[in-house]
Amino acid sequence: MSIRLQNIAKHFGKTLALEPVNLDIHEGELVGLLGPSGSGKTTLLRIIAGLENADRSPEPGKILFGDRDVSNVHVRDRRIGFVFQHYALFRHMSVYDNVAFGLTVMPKKERPSSGEIRARVFRLLEMVQLEHLAKRYPAQLSGGQQQRVSLARALAVKPDVLLLDEPFGALDAKVRQDLRRWLRRLHSELNFTSVFVTHDQEEALELSDRVVVMSNGRIEQIDAPDTLYHSPKNRFVFEFLGDVNHLEGNVNNGVLTCGDAYLHVDLPNGAEELLLRPHEVRLAEQPSDTCHLPVVVTAISPVGAEVRVELEANWLAKPWLATVRHADFERLEMRRGQHLYAYPRQWHRFKDEALAAEQTRVA
Amino acid sequence: MRRIGDAPAVKRLLIGAALVLSALFLLLPLVAIFAQAFSQGMAVFWSNVSNYFTLHAIGLTLGVALLTIPICLVFGVALAWLVTRFSFPGRRILQTLIDIPFAVSPVVAGLIYLLLYGRNGWIGSWLDGHDIQLMFAWPGILMVTVFVTCPFVARELIPLMQAQGSREEEAAATLGAKGWITFWRVTLPNIRWALLYGIILTNARAVGEFGAVSVVSGAIRGQTNTLPLHLEQLYQDYNAVGAFACAALLALIALLTLAAKASLEWRASRREALL
Amino acid sequence: MSLALRLTGNTRVLPGFGLSMGISVLFISLVLLLPITGLFGQLSNLSLAQYWAIITEGRIVASYTVTIGAAAVAALINAVFGLLLAWVLVRYEFPGKRLLDALMDLPFALPTAVAGITLATLYAGSGWMGRLLEPLGFQVAYTWVGIALAMAFTSIPFVVRTVQPVLEDLPAEVDEAAMSLGATDGVAFRRVIMPHLWPALVTGTGLAFVRSLGEFGAIIFIAGNMPYETEITALMIFVKLQEYDYAGASAIASVVLFVSLALLLAINVWQGRFVRRLHGGKG
Repeated sequence: MSIRLQNIAKHFGKTLALEPVNLDIHEGELVGLLGPSGSGKTTLLRIIAGLENADRSPEPGKILFGDRDVSNVHVRDRRIGFVFQHYALFRHMSVYDNVAFGLTVMPKKERPSSGEIRARVFRLLEMVQLEHLAKRYPAQLSGGQQQRVSLARALAVKPDVLLLDEPFGALDAKVRQDLRRWLRRLHSELNFTSVFVTHDQEEALELSDRVVVMSNGRIEQIDAPDTLYHSPKNRFVFEFLGDVNHLEGNVNNGVLTCGDAYLHVDLPNGAEELLLRPHEVRLAEQPSDTCHLPVVVTAISPVGAEVRVELEANWLAKPWLATVRHADFERLEMRRGQHLYAYPRQWHRFKDEALAAEQTRVA
Repeated sequence: MRRIGDAPAVKRLLIGAALVLSALFLLLPLVAIFAQAFSQGMAVFWSNVSNYFTLHAIGLTLGVALLTIPICLVFGVALAWLVTRFSFPGRRILQTLIDIPFAVSPVVAGLIYLLLYGRNGWIGSWLDGHDIQLMFAWPGILMVTVFVTCPFVARELIPLMQAQGSREEEAAATLGAKGWITFWRVTLPNIRWALLYGIILTNARAVGEFGAVSVVSGAIRGQTNTLPLHLEQLYQDYNAVGAFACAALLALIALLTLAAKASLEWRASRREALL
Repeated sequence: MSLALRLTGNTRVLPGFGLSMGISVLFISLVLLLPITGLFGQLSNLSLAQYWAIITEGRIVASYTVTIGAAAVAALINAVFGLLLAWVLVRYEFPGKRLLDALMDLPFALPTAVAGITLATLYAGSGWMGRLLEPLGFQVAYTWVGIALAMAFTSIPFVVRTVQPVLEDLPAEVDEAAMSLGATDGVAFRRVIMPHLWPALVTGTGLAFVRSLGEFGAIIFIAGNMPYETEITALMIFVKLQEYDYAGASAIASVVLFVSLALLLAINVWQGRFVRRLHGGKG
């Protein structure tokens, strides 16, 4: 079922939580709402669910599930599945009763027979690999298990759309990885339309078909993960999607100067700020005529596919972070306190937010 | 935000029912007390309140309350400190024991004191031999009042001190503070509102206790009559207006108690909102 | 840490163990426990047959029936009324809410004798309520209905104040989860909210019941105190005392004391079990 939002806005009292938003989510799509806290992502999700009302003035917005206008439909009649941040399992009910709840509260004439309910609940529990825990109570389950129960519970009523609020936020890193993979697989198997909220950019980029980046109650960009990462529309999106190094200085006749550091750039005169991802920083033992960025290694973390190196210099307000291949790390014999020179492989610049981002590759 | 039962019709119905029932059940009696007390005018009320026996009953009641409070305070603070700051065998039993006065009927409370300290009791007969009379005198009234009011301070302090934990006191100890200094400067500021609330409840109950006191006081006018007992006597003597004059004084104390409680709770919720 | 170590004062970081232990134990022994021994001392003067005869005498048994029956009715009224009030105070905003909240504590703050003469006056044939009810055939004063009313009045805060915090702590997500799964308000209240409230509601109602069993001051004025009909057990103890029948008073008091302590213990144990089930622990 596709979801279409038209002109949806929300005030809490006098504070604006959501600027008027338009959003189209296609049938079968998995869309992530990504943003820092207070960006309005959860509010948007709750409005889709019908847990919050969108503003009715100055003009009421519209929410369509397929062709069905659900703008004024109560949450209980919207046919959504909602997975809560802290699972919101019913503590006094067993796992089985939690999953069966939505089926047993249906009006008599729509309600499946008790045998059918049983079969469906066990099918779902099997799918979330918890059929052996059907008799347990929520307090006896781990966080990851509770999350799977809450997913099975939401899916039991065969919702038109599945909405998840920070589904993996309260879990530790390892469990989160597993659950993500598992949700991705479930989604491609069952092919429901789902929207989830997260503040974790990695999670959003890994899971989503498309990501909606939000800040301050506004949608900043809607794109597929790789497009988003490689061509962010503005500085906020760029900074939010990963670690960023800043290089601030003044450009004079094609040379950006910052203390005793300088870099040749093809930019007009004036104050400039260039942004670099950690993998866009190359390190060498010697400066060149066009690039002189002396740095000192202050911390080294060799864990993972690449070595993360922290760099400081008196011309830098904040330390830089660079990722180097293990081979380069060994070749340069890196150690703390070592003096090196940084070279940007590439930099980004958001001089005018209204214009598209500029990206320059340096030789 | 949507919640269960927030449909306007349901909401209006339930609020309406709660208000009507509370008005009939709780507010009406309160209004009736003052209406009865002033039914024959201010002058009659005043003469009822200012006659010798009433004034003596007021004095005795306040005196007993004034003595009860410090006793309950010392016990309540000591017990709360003991069960929240130390772990030892029997801790839970102590906590259960202090609930006894809540469960025991006031008449039974008065009776057990009378049996022990009365002329026939094993302590009472020894005291009688030394010409000391506790029952049917003000010390007896004080003793049973302490019995029925002793849980209040401890019951207010224990949950709070449990929630706060002993980290702050331990920090003070690592900084070299001695026992009483730790208590005065670290513990007391954290519990002072709960302590005050406990005192207010103790006072309200001490002033109003009827069942236990009526067993041990003997109710001699101008000697061992507390205000609630005096009120009963007036009522039995068909002096309803006089009885309600006393009732109005006691109701006034109750209202002050409620106001103090509301303002303490308001203060606490505001402080919570700031944190 | 071994028991021996925990018992020695010098391993404790915080001071005052000896002092607070001394005060607490002394106080509890002298004020709470010692007087109860007086009761048993008095009872030891009675043979078992005498004891049994006293506590099963017709008039006394009638007083048990009146007391327990009225207390049960009062507790049930309080369960319903208290639940309504707690719900309204937690879930809704309306003008006068803070005042209503404060009013809930009135029965605890108001001396019982004051409540007693006020209710008696209100519901007597000439009182504000009596004048309305008696022509309709409802006699409240001097009947067991009046006793139940007085009991309900003095114990209403127990239910409100035990249910209120539980309702406050119930996260909004519980409501939302039930609604998102299609439950109507009625079904959600019955199947999702009530199970959370049961323990508190039963505890509050139980405490109200225990309190009603022992209540004296609020009841004697409205009860009429007719032998076999509207005499409560606490009054019977009082009457025996006025007749200087200490043994009789003690026998009846021992029954009252035993029942209330047993109920208090039962409530505590039951509450502990429920809390454990909802908040975890394996198995």
